[in-house]
Amino acid sequence: MRNDNLKIGGHSLKSRLIVGTGKYKNFKQTADAVKASGASMVTVAVRRVNILDKRKPVLMDYLDPKKIIYLPNTAGCFNSKDALRTLRLAREMGGWKLVKLEVLGDKKTLYPNMVETLKSTEVLVKEGFKVMVYCSDDPILAKKLQDLGATAIMPLASPIGSGRGIRNKLNISLIIKNIKVPVIVDAGIGTASDAAVAMELGCDGVLVNTAIAKAKKPILMASSMKDAVIAGRKSYLAGRMNFQNYASSSSPEDGLI
Amino acid sequence: MAKIQLNGKKIKIYKDLNITGLLRKYNLDMKKIAVELNGEILPKSYYGKKKLRDKDKIEIVQFIGGG
Repeated sequence: MRNDNLKIGGHSLKSRLIVGTGKYKNFKQTADAVKASGASMVTVAVRRVNILDKRKPVLMDYLDPKKIIYLPNTAGCFNSKDALRTLRLAREMGGWKLVKLEVLGDKKTLYPNMVETLKSTEVLVKEGFKVMVYCSDDPILAKKLQDLGATAIMPLASPIGSGRGIRNKLNISLIIKNIKVPVIVDAGIGTASDAAVAMELGCDGVLVNTAIAKAKKPILMASSMKDAVIAGRKSYLAGRMNFQNYASSSSPEDGLI
Repeated sequence: MAKIQLNGKKIKIYKDLNITGLLRKYNLDMKKIAVELNGEILPKSYYGKKKLRDKDKIEIVQFIGGG
């Protein structure tokens, strides 16, 4: 297969799997899982430094932002104001312009607040950010985000951290058909087959965090996700057979004894 | 001495300490953090110039693991 990199925000990613770096036991496990996943891009959150413990290790000591692309996110933000503040700080930290916008609606579902999301996307694009947007699986709103200048559309498969897989394949397919920028399924992937299904539908990539971090063996699951994304992508490119109503023998009938 | 608020905690610092000095005090690498002073993001080029005053509110953030 020729070069099939994922082109996004000026980057050319070798892997179509993006992984989150939250919920791991420690930084060592985070780094090992990222390595096993083969991901070229990781999501990171912005938080206050711990001023009480000066010796506390930091993520950058384990994952070098020169070697792996950091995608700062706005996880934990419930309105446009907080999301904008977070991403402006991220940009100041080291010039990150490619960011993941995530404005949440409520704590129970972590479902995106699309009104605030649309508003924030517009402001960020005007400020020169390249915005990958976590969103609902609504094809019309996805199109609206693209029209506002989003760099990538990231519909949820099911609620963040729920591991329920793709609840609405039809909507994800409609989004893929309607959208020109990369579509990356974000949130809800529970196991490798979910990631493969997303890729077979024609998604450009998937973002996985909890399914790896909370697997019994996170490193092994990271490598499983890597394989699933590759398999799903190949399957999509190969083009699946048509569905049939009745059996069709795989062996020829000619020369039957 | 000046009383400032750093990441939500009240601390005392020497008068005229600048941001570079504050980062040194807390063993922080300026390449790995960003600073907000009284609600405004402070560009890194100001760290050596900006002196802290009584009642200043500072937020210092970094990247942590997240999804």
